[in-house]
Amino acid sequence: MDTFQETVFKLKKYWADRGCIIQEPHDVEVGAGTMSPETFLRVLGPKPYRVAYVQPSRRTADGRYGENPNRLYKHQQLQVILKPTPDDVIDQYLGSLRAIGIDLAKHDLKLEEDNWEAPTLGAWGVGWQIMLDGLEITQFTYFQQCGGFDLELVPAEITYGLERLTAFLQGVDSVYDITWAPGFKYSDVRFADELQFSVYNFEMANVDRLWRLLGEHEAECKELLAAYPKYPDKHRFPVLPAYDQVLKCSHLFNLLDARGAISVTERVGVIKRVRDLAVGTAKLWADQQSLSQEPA
Amino acid sequence: MSLDFLLEIGTEEIPHWMIPSALAQLQRFDLLGATPRVDASPRRLVVQATGVPERTPDREEILKGPPVASGEKAAAGFARKQGVDPCEMKVNGSHYELLKRIPGRVAAELLADSLPSAILGIQWPKTMYWTGGKTGPRFIRPIRWIVALLGDQVIPFEIAGVKSGNVTRGHRILGSSSIPVTTANYEAELRRNFVILSSHERRHKIETEASKLGAKIDSGLLETLTFITEYPTAIRGDFDPLYLELPAEVLTTVMRHHQKYFSVYGINGALAPNFVAVMNTSGDPEGIVKHGNERVLKARFNDARFFWNVDQQKKLVDRGDDLAHVTFQAKLGTYLEKTNRVVELVKELGGNAHAQRAAELCKCDLTTEMVKEFTDLQGIVGGLYAKAQGEPEPVWRAIYEHYRPLSMDDSIPETSEGQIVALADKLDTLRGCFSVGLIPSGSKDPFALRRAAQGVVKILVEAKLDYLLDNLVAGDLRAFMQERVQYYFREVRGYKYDEVNAVLASGVSTLADVEARLAALASVRPTEDFEPLAAACKRIRNILKQAHFEGDGPLDQALLEAGPERDLADRLTSFTMAGEGDFFNRLIAISAFRPSVDLFFDKVLVNAPDPAVRANRLTLLNKLFTEFSTIADFSEIVTSGEQKP
Repeated sequence: MDTFQETVFKLKKYWADRGCIIQEPHDVEVGAGTMSPETFLRVLGPKPYRVAYVQPSRRTADGRYGENPNRLYKHQQLQVILKPTPDDVIDQYLGSLRAIGIDLAKHDLKLEEDNWEAPTLGAWGVGWQIMLDGLEITQFTYFQQCGGFDLELVPAEITYGLERLTAFLQGVDSVYDITWAPGFKYSDVRFADELQFSVYNFEMANVDRLWRLLGEHEAECKELLAAYPKYPDKHRFPVLPAYDQVLKCSHLFNLLDARGAISVTERVGVIKRVRDLAVGTAKLWADQQSLSQEPA
Repeated sequence: MSLDFLLEIGTEEIPHWMIPSALAQLQRFDLLGATPRVDASPRRLVVQATGVPERTPDREEILKGPPVASGEKAAAGFARKQGVDPCEMKVNGSHYELLKRIPGRVAAELLADSLPSAILGIQWPKTMYWTGGKTGPRFIRPIRWIVALLGDQVIPFEIAGVKSGNVTRGHRILGSSSIPVTTANYEAELRRNFVILSSHERRHKIETEASKLGAKIDSGLLETLTFITEYPTAIRGDFDPLYLELPAEVLTTVMRHHQKYFSVYGINGALAPNFVAVMNTSGDPEGIVKHGNERVLKARFNDARFFWNVDQQKKLVDRGDDLAHVTFQAKLGTYLEKTNRVVELVKELGGNAHAQRAAELCKCDLTTEMVKEFTDLQGIVGGLYAKAQGEPEPVWRAIYEHYRPLSMDDSIPETSEGQIVALADKLDTLRGCFSVGLIPSGSKDPFALRRAAQGVVKILVEAKLDYLLDNLVAGDLRAFMQERVQYYFREVRGYKYDEVNAVLASGVSTLADVEARLAALASVRPTEDFEPLAAACKRIRNILKQAHFEGDGPLDQALLEAGPERDLADRLTSFTMAGEGDFFNRLIAISAFRPSVDLFFDKVLVNAPDPAVRANRLTLLNKLFTEFSTIADFSEIVTSGEQKP
């Protein structure tokens, strides 16, 4: 039986062998692997790209103080982007399952329709949840639009829920019982994280300050977006830092939401604020890319 | 010579619910007169046929040439232009003409031309592009291979970079990914590679195996599983009987909606601690799949138990204010506001205290963990919680059933409290959405307003409620509801469209009354006097219309001519006297007028020279028409010999 990290190594090796760059996680809080600039920005424009990375993803409202065996404030996604999508993409994906020791002939595999939409990112796609013996182990999406742009090269996004997948492989009922590394359980590595962030997110995060921070990061991002048109040397322009500000805003929104601090009327408005920043940044990125033959 | 035809569009997994409509469209493919035989699995759409002609027949066409007057030279020029020897020109009257032979085309070429656009022309609820950017071909999922054969020849074409050929693919895991086939061995080769092409056979296999394992067959789920598998095999799994403490509604919802399992019931009719899953593979000899599914289900049930316990910590009645944080619709405010409106509406509709209490609580379950997780259980969970929290039975049952009917096949709420709350909830949604311009158009109906409207109609009819629809709705909504009323009586209840028109045209009444009149009309219709009388009514209506008759005065008895006219008038008077009666007997009585009406038209000239007599006769016809139209406007009935509009 492989440990959690061994499974991650194998998946990374598998995709590296198929031409993927192995990236490290983005170092700003995100709600899903899709929000990493490695996906959100790289899928735009005409340049092919192939990347795989583990992205710790924070869903503040899903925190359960470490008490629920399947629900986590922060879970690990292994995200693969193949742009453009190879014709045998599903066979390649099935190969990755074999690579982590799943004998598919002994299991029941189904692709069940599951479309994906992220209004705050101006993004949507169609695809499936991939079910193995009744368990959703992967989300598979053909992106159609991102940041409000129709995509020129349709990428496939393959997202493995690593906790679920390894709990299945190791035959344990609680994610906390997953063996992460020899002698270390998932709970040894992550329990304190789950407990303390649940306490913070639900009970102690300072709402007023979170609102202020949201305003500050939004202002920073807007200022950058506004500066772009007149900025002389566009290659130097900090689009990526602007995008980090979008991510900050998105995370602060999630925190405020988990604190129950966003009223219904405010909610729609805040989502729109974040979306405007995301779409605005995507535009700049696309424009900047189109100006250059060299990779930025 | 005629040939066998095979087309297989190989795709990635098509959403199961879209496949039946795609099959209906494949059925209309033009195969040069041959009848398509269609079938599908999630990964392939297949059209087969026998008797496709090898080529289309040669045709002859007569082409009209220049006038004879323009001379032989012009005629010769015309013939050469058409590729015909000038000596074949003939004179026909004032013009030259020639017989042109148009050779038939080879079927394979014709099909190679027509199939790509026919395939890409299949309509899907949602499409994607995967190659060639936004302007690339669109389909439901990427097309990965195409088999196109006519006889033993490949019909050559290309879609999205995929060239047609004779090579198919088997089951994703168990089959080969490269299988050369012929029109003759195609299905057998698929079967050898663990694909059962026939959806009928897959359905039958699931049904038989699942039943044998004790499953209660749910037809919707059966259909889903048929189109989600290429090689279905049923297995039975178990769960800890301790979970049976949770309400059966919760357990079956988890099994059906989240895991696509059939439930199993014991001899006593109670839910048993087992389930039947349908795999997309040939077997599970080591019990690995069974174990995996049991593990998933256990986690799901644990979640449900956790939600149940957490939710009990805050009673429904204490959740009312939380609804201020749940948006109903951006322009229509929160569920708290909706709740307040529904409570008021229930009062207006005369709902009792139980109904009012139910209205107050009916949306409170939206804030529970259980409903956040299992949204299909909204209402049901509220009802179960209300019961557990000691609300009286009429209250909890009304909450439990207030989303019903969920479809035209679903039954309406059983309790009168449930009916009123369901009616008020749906009416509020309809009124609200229409008031802010959220009106369904074409296939766009994001708030399921058609379903809500259909629910209102179904409840009003089947619960025989006394409200007049026109008092409940106004403006655009009234017209929208009328459409739903027509739809309900025609499509759901199976009345003929002219019967529905006839009854609805005869004035305002409750929908339960409309239903009773329709039932009477439909049973009287086959009787011999009915249709001729309907034809006579139409004649009366036309006469009145042409005469622009609007008089509503009394009949002048002195002006009535003895014979058919007076007889008819007398009959009408005594009929009016007869007054009420059930609809059926009244219709029979009206039909019995037929000989008198016929005789009247036969012997009496309505358009009499004396204006007073003419007016009196029109008055008689008008009274007759009004009297007849109290149950149905017979002039709307399409009688034999007439065309449907």
